[in-house]
Amino acid sequence: MPDVTLTVDGKKITAPAGSLLIEACKSAGIEVPSFCYYPGLSLQGACRMCVVKVEKMPKLQTACTTGVTEGMIVSTDSDEVRQARKAMVELLLGNHPLDCPVCDAGGECELQDMTFSYGAAESKFAEAKNHRDEQQWSPVVYFDRPRCILCYRCVRVCGEGMDVWALGIQNRAVGSVIAPNQEDHLDCEECGMCIDICPVGALTSGAYRYKTRPWEMNHVGTICTHCGDGCKTTLGVRRSETGMEIVRGDNRDKSGINGDFLCVKGRYAFDFAHHQDRLTQPLIRKNGKLTPSTWEEAFELVGQRFREIRDQSGGSAIGVIGSNRTTNEENYLLSKFARVVLKTNNVDHHRTADFPALASALHGKPQKTASMRDVLNAPAILVIGNDPTNQHPLLGWQIRTNVRLRRAKLYIINSAPIKLRRQATAFGLLPAGAEAKAVAFLAGDDSLLDALLSGDTTRDAWIALREKIRAEQKLVIVFGSELRGRDIEKLVGFAATLTEAKLICLGDYANSRGASEMGLYPDLLPGYEPVAATKTFQQEWGNLPPEKGLSLPEMVESAKAGKLKALYVVGSNPVSRFGIDPFVLSKSFVVVQDMFLTETANIADVVLPAANAYEKTGTYTNTCGDLQLVKKAGEVSDTKSDFEMIVRIADAIGFDVRGLVPFGGGTHSDMGQTRGAQSGEADRHAVWLEAHNLEPKMTPFDPMAILDEVQRVVAGYDVSRVNLLAGNDQHLEIAESGASLIQPPELIVPANDDLFSSGTLGRYSKTLNSVCENKSAVPEVAAD
Amino acid sequence: MKFSDQFEARFTEMLGHYPTKRSALVPTLLYAQDEVGFMSDEVIAELASRLDLTELEVRNVISYYSMLTTKPRGKYNVQVCTNIACMLRGGEELLEHCKQKLGIGHKGTTQDGLFSLEEVECIGACSWAPAAQVNYDFHENLTNEKMDQVLEDYKKKGTQ
Ligand code: SF4
Ligand code: SF4
Ligand code: SF4
Ligand code: FES
Ligand code: FES
Repeated sequence: MPDVTLTVDGKKITAPAGSLLIEACKSAGIEVPSFCYYPGLSLQGACRMCVVKVEKMPKLQTACTTGVTEGMIVSTDSDEVRQARKAMVELLLGNHPLDCPVCDAGGECELQDMTFSYGAAESKFAEAKNHRDEQQWSPVVYFDRPRCILCYRCVRVCGEGMDVWALGIQNRAVGSVIAPNQEDHLDCEECGMCIDICPVGALTSGAYRYKTRPWEMNHVGTICTHCGDGCKTTLGVRRSETGMEIVRGDNRDKSGINGDFLCVKGRYAFDFAHHQDRLTQPLIRKNGKLTPSTWEEAFELVGQRFREIRDQSGGSAIGVIGSNRTTNEENYLLSKFARVVLKTNNVDHHRTADFPALASALHGKPQKTASMRDVLNAPAILVIGNDPTNQHPLLGWQIRTNVRLRRAKLYIINSAPIKLRRQATAFGLLPAGAEAKAVAFLAGDDSLLDALLSGDTTRDAWIALREKIRAEQKLVIVFGSELRGRDIEKLVGFAATLTEAKLICLGDYANSRGASEMGLYPDLLPGYEPVAATKTFQQEWGNLPPEKGLSLPEMVESAKAGKLKALYVVGSNPVSRFGIDPFVLSKSFVVVQDMFLTETANIADVVLPAANAYEKTGTYTNTCGDLQLVKKAGEVSDTKSDFEMIVRIADAIGFDVRGLVPFGGGTHSDMGQTRGAQSGEADRHAVWLEAHNLEPKMTPFDPMAILDEVQRVVAGYDVSRVNLLAGNDQHLEIAESGASLIQPPELIVPANDDLFSSGTLGRYSKTLNSVCENKSAVPEVAAD
Repeated sequence: MKFSDQFEARFTEMLGHYPTKRSALVPTLLYAQDEVGFMSDEVIAELASRLDLTELEVRNVISYYSMLTTKPRGKYNVQVCTNIACMLRGGEELLEHCKQKLGIGHKGTTQDGLFSLEEVECIGACSWAPAAQVNYDFHENLTNEKMDQVLEDYKKKGTQ
């Protein structure tokens, strides 16, 4: 659209035709105060804080609802405007309790800021204030009526943004009050978006309220550890007796791929980190009982036993199971450790999606995968399988926002009437398990049409759906773990027949994709390099076991047969996930690194207390292939990162750790001697140092040291380190990776977590548990 | 739930008047209240599903309009105006009289369920102040005696 020219406060500015006056002013550096206006949500015009004088218009106009026009003359700072703003603030404060000293929002409150900048010093209001007690609407949502300024942001974000519509407004005029959908409580998705968007402290969270003051926390931007979407979250941390305690999660700076979105897990379920059952001492089985020991004793024992078993029975007698929640660096290190130190290809992890099949189908075909950001802007999206609202909340948010603001077309093919169908242009209901047939049908196989019929999706509807999808010029195709192996090949084939189509494969955990790309497979090395064709890795790592190893179920079989003598489990709970009979492993030497005494840790011979992803640095690759930096926020003393533990075990085995982690390069650094005012010289200059290849890697426990190697040898990971360190997401090209191999489809076991569960982490999150208890206590009312 | 045929006919006609279903909410609420007497949970759920709204949205609108109620009222809802014109001509005294007579206060309902009483803002009958409205009928130029008669008539009608 052409630009229009207007004059604001005597300054000539241009803005795209059709833009709002408030936005035009903002881009020209002129601040117009506002409360109810919120970019991306519908216009409300409720607060009158944004009034400005527009020449030739009779009264003051709200800049948030007025469009720019050619030749418009605006004044944002006249006496009249200033007077009006003052009056607005005075009215808002009329019934406000002014309890800022104890309010959660104190110091971060827009009403405080507005009063400071635009308010009056005195008030004419002398009547008694209308008090109402604070109400608890759910385990996480509290409402303090007198602080509310009726901006409707919460109502809109819950309805338009979340498509939950759990908040409304009752009564009228001074009696108006925000109301929850179940009279005195909420039945909703508990995302906390309403709390985050509230400009004041009227909505507060059960997790954070009255805990601390905003300025008493440090804020660390890192990546959520719950699902595969990779939301950026800012964790507020505070010193505690046992290290650093995480007290709050939000994304107020809107800097990540998720904008201002976080779901209930990203926002509140960090509390597993401080659960009282957290392990903080290594345990060794003595006389059949797990007994506390020292780190030295534990590492000695593990090193000695692994060495004996390797030397006596060969590497094939040892199995290694990695994690979906450890960093790329840790996964890479583990993959290398298994092959190089333990001499085994018996490496696997809990697979939740068939990334290798995608890699194989896209080998050498660049630009065929979509990033999480692409989902927000794509003109059309096709979702096959999965239930994004529950399993990939950010993806759901991106899709809804795109449909709402950019009118994207959404096509859904699913065996259940998932909630996202409400945004769909067309929805095809399938019988369970028919997703692969739908792909074949899309690709042109009409013989399968009858197998797709279910509910009221008729033959004609399926044909019409296919026609529409084929006609799309730019399509993002998202698919769940219902599609595996050859079906993914078929889907990629179909995508190739479209004008432009990009794919997203949905895996369940925070770093499922990373675990896959770092080679936690018995037959694949990092970068989907088949074990058989290991040239790069021979050069880089030295001699490697040539035969493909055992998959997780095969390891269990091998243990049963008495052949697998040792099992090393890092951040995984296979005993519970795969229903393994604990007795089967009773003859093997089992080492488990975990935060809690899980079912697997319970049968181990040695348990090593691990740090979680909020307590370490590294990188994560989300399910779309977006690489992001994970930063250390919390800390629980007497735990160690998996990275450090792997290195210590290698050392205890007698392996020269320089062959494992390339450290020692770089330049002088502040190693903490000067902590205090000058502390962390190197940290502060990390981005510059890195850009000049001067980043210090002083110890073998520095994950950044191995990131060098990852970027050098793992195809596709060679992205800008400066961007990474600056906290930006970067999309990786799976096409550049190795040839990969089609995997047996039955090895994929979906996590089946929903909005309120998150595997082991969820079990130890008090907030998630209280939300679940609350849900089961209240009878279910029509959810969507 | 079941409404009368007349309601259904009106409802169907109404839907045709608006571009979106939700726009038909306010008139539909009025018709439903006339028929059921108040906005019961059942009515709210029914109308919400008919108009593709959440129950919360329906409740929000009901709470905005004082003419709509979620609590049962008496058979005859006596609405006495105390706005300016009526106040100057004895509206407040009239309301007081009704309170004594019926033994109930503002928004109260008599034991026998016959009468409810409400103090309301201007009902547009200022020229004939003081005025009162009983359900949809107007009674004007009222005095205490005339009011007694009005109530007496309704009582007869209601207990026949
Ligand atoms: S927590 Fe989320 S779903 Fe619940 S009311 Fe707030 S915005 Fe709506
Ligand atoms: S609760 Fe907060 S967001 Fe909601 S209307 Fe009140 S001030 Fe606005
Ligand atoms: S959508 Fe996923 S990544 Fe984002 S906050 Fe929720 S669980 Fe975390
Ligand atoms: S910001 Fe314009 S009226 Fe609220
Ligand atoms: S003031 Fe009573 S009818 Fe107008």
